[in-house]
Amino acid sequence: MTQTITIDPVTRLEGHGKITIQLNGQGEVEDAHFHVTQVRGFERFSQGRPFYEMPSLMARICGICPVSHLIASAKACEAIMAVRIPHTAAQLRRMLNLAQMVQSHALSFFYLSSPDLLLGMDSDPAMRHIFGVVGAKPELGRAGIALRRFGQHIIELLGNKRIHPGWVVPGGVTEPLAAAKRDEILAMLPEAYAGIKLALIAYKQIADTFKPEIEVFANFPSLYMGLVNEDDSVEFTDGALRLIDAQGNVVEDGITANRFTEVIGEAVEPYSYTKFAYYKPLGYPEGSYRVGPLARLNIAKTMGTPLADVELAEFKQLAVGPVQGSFHYHHARLVDILYGIEKIEQILTDPLILDKHVRAVAGVNRLEGAGQAEAPRGTLHHHYKVDENGLITWANLVIATGQNNNAMNKGVLQAAKHYVKDGKFTEGMLNRVEAVVRTFDPCLSCSTHAFGQMPLAVSLLSADGEVMDRVIRS
Amino acid sequence: MSEAVDVKTLQINGHEVSALRGQTILQVARENDIDIPTLCHLDGLSDVGACRLCLVEIKGSNKLLPACVATVYEGMEVTTDTERLQKHRKTILELLFAERNHICSVCVSNGHCELQSLAQQEGVTHVRFPYRNPELTVDASHERFTVDHNRCVLCTRCVRVCAEVEGAHVWDVMGRGINSTIITDLNDNWGESSCTRCGKCVQVCPTGALFDKSKIGSDHPKYPDFLPYLNEMREAQ
Repeated sequence: MTQTITIDPVTRLEGHGKITIQLNGQGEVEDAHFHVTQVRGFERFSQGRPFYEMPSLMARICGICPVSHLIASAKACEAIMAVRIPHTAAQLRRMLNLAQMVQSHALSFFYLSSPDLLLGMDSDPAMRHIFGVVGAKPELGRAGIALRRFGQHIIELLGNKRIHPGWVVPGGVTEPLAAAKRDEILAMLPEAYAGIKLALIAYKQIADTFKPEIEVFANFPSLYMGLVNEDDSVEFTDGALRLIDAQGNVVEDGITANRFTEVIGEAVEPYSYTKFAYYKPLGYPEGSYRVGPLARLNIAKTMGTPLADVELAEFKQLAVGPVQGSFHYHHARLVDILYGIEKIEQILTDPLILDKHVRAVAGVNRLEGAGQAEAPRGTLHHHYKVDENGLITWANLVIATGQNNNAMNKGVLQAAKHYVKDGKFTEGMLNRVEAVVRTFDPCLSCSTHAFGQMPLAVSLLSADGEVMDRVIRS
Repeated sequence: MSEAVDVKTLQINGHEVSALRGQTILQVARENDIDIPTLCHLDGLSDVGACRLCLVEIKGSNKLLPACVATVYEGMEVTTDTERLQKHRKTILELLFAERNHICSVCVSNGHCELQSLAQQEGVTHVRFPYRNPELTVDASHERFTVDHNRCVLCTRCVRVCAEVEGAHVWDVMGRGINSTIITDLNDNWGESSCTRCGKCVQVCPTGALFDKSKIGSDHPKYPDFLPYLNEMREAQ
């Protein structure tokens, strides 16, 4: 008799998702899917809106990474305006994007994943949350909260708002940086450095104890894509995309935003509202690739900052060639944070950072434009078409989660096959299947949900849909 | 010899106040620092009593009167802030929000919008009516300005400033009732109309319906204070 195990909703993720695991008559896992169960409709309802409204409209997609949407969207608008923004504006945006990366990664690592990592995959679910971490490891818990505050506070200082700042506009930013704000950010750096160093040490101490999970948590060869600079250093805001294969060979390089659709296609599957991006020459699903912290570190040859470069060298020792295990996303995320703090410090010492010229003004000069940036969880691409008055006629967004979608599904299947035996499962096993998805830190088209308010329901269904067993974690 | 000044004495919210004949209740109230909310009224333009937010109670009358157009008389007893009036004002604001598509978070006027401020001031926390979500257009054909009908409250300030101050009368209202909409010329695109590109309509618009294309993002304060000054200077000539 075939059975289906449903994990709905998947907890400690951003947005709504569910997992179904199909068992065959022998109780072995036959297939597994990760479903994104919501539709948002931004691409449709933005039609008819003035293009310059797009950044603030698109930022509403997410409360965690609105800045990535602001930046990718503003860049798509700038392609329509055919302008290059002032140097200072580009630097300020870069800093804003890094600040968001730090806070989002801190949320992913400390709030969402560290309960699994620091307390254990099988620990009491009632205590497996950030408060449990703060209770068991107060210093680390505090460091996580402080890192998130660090990122959020920089966003607030620059954009006057922690979430959805209206500061990023097509052409640059609305206000230059004040010296007092720069000094305030500089004063916050020592605590941030201390926090991330503590987290890196703690993670490396426990990483070895997760060897069984590392083996089966979406651990397979794949392509990787991410932004890099011309000097092969990691990049979040400008640069161009590079695609490497599972051996680390460059498959495609210099993918600027307007070349993106030449190279990347999107497939749909009936079980999810999220699309599946793939590298066109290889087709779907063979051309599926991974993005995000793991991809960025696999692609970049240097971080471009001294402390993060030491960490990158150590990270690259985890494997010969690209690091293939998605569990290592956690490690990569911490290296990203360190890089972000260092880079913010570098940007603040730019002699032009307080320059008052931070905005270029232009009208509609092209009827189509695309922009891309690295969101914390991977490459984000916005592509718009407008009429001659600048009203949006068509929009398409390729988000990081869509680009990791195939890998997440394969990872869920890999872990389910490993952990579900003879049709039996435990809470700890289900948590591991969920934790595979958490390594990718997907943003399921939605913003934050209060942790702990959604129950996890697992049902065992017979072939004809009858509920055979049901476990509810409240 | 100058004409004798005709002074009227009346009460507003129990306070004895004096006024000149022909003054509106709103004028007298504001001279005496008594607040009456308004939306379609703007100093420097004629009044049309369209929005009904300035309704007040008059002793001895069952009718509520719009303070912007009702003139004072001797012995008048006006109340501006009763529970009934508050309820009506709140309802009017809720109906305005329900009528078209007002999405503050992505509006250029967020933080500078008179409709938004009034809603905050009058304690509108929810809209009890179903939103109509009409499909309305955006006209971005003008080189400098855009009109987004989703955000228009039909106050007609743009119509009045264009006709009365600029003297161009490009703006007007087309249709009736719920189908009313502001238009330029004979419902031509704004960019192809006889617009003089002065921008007064943008400055007097209380919401983000009319906005300057260069003020993108969310920071688009408007400065309608030029109107009384402009009128005064013209009269002096």
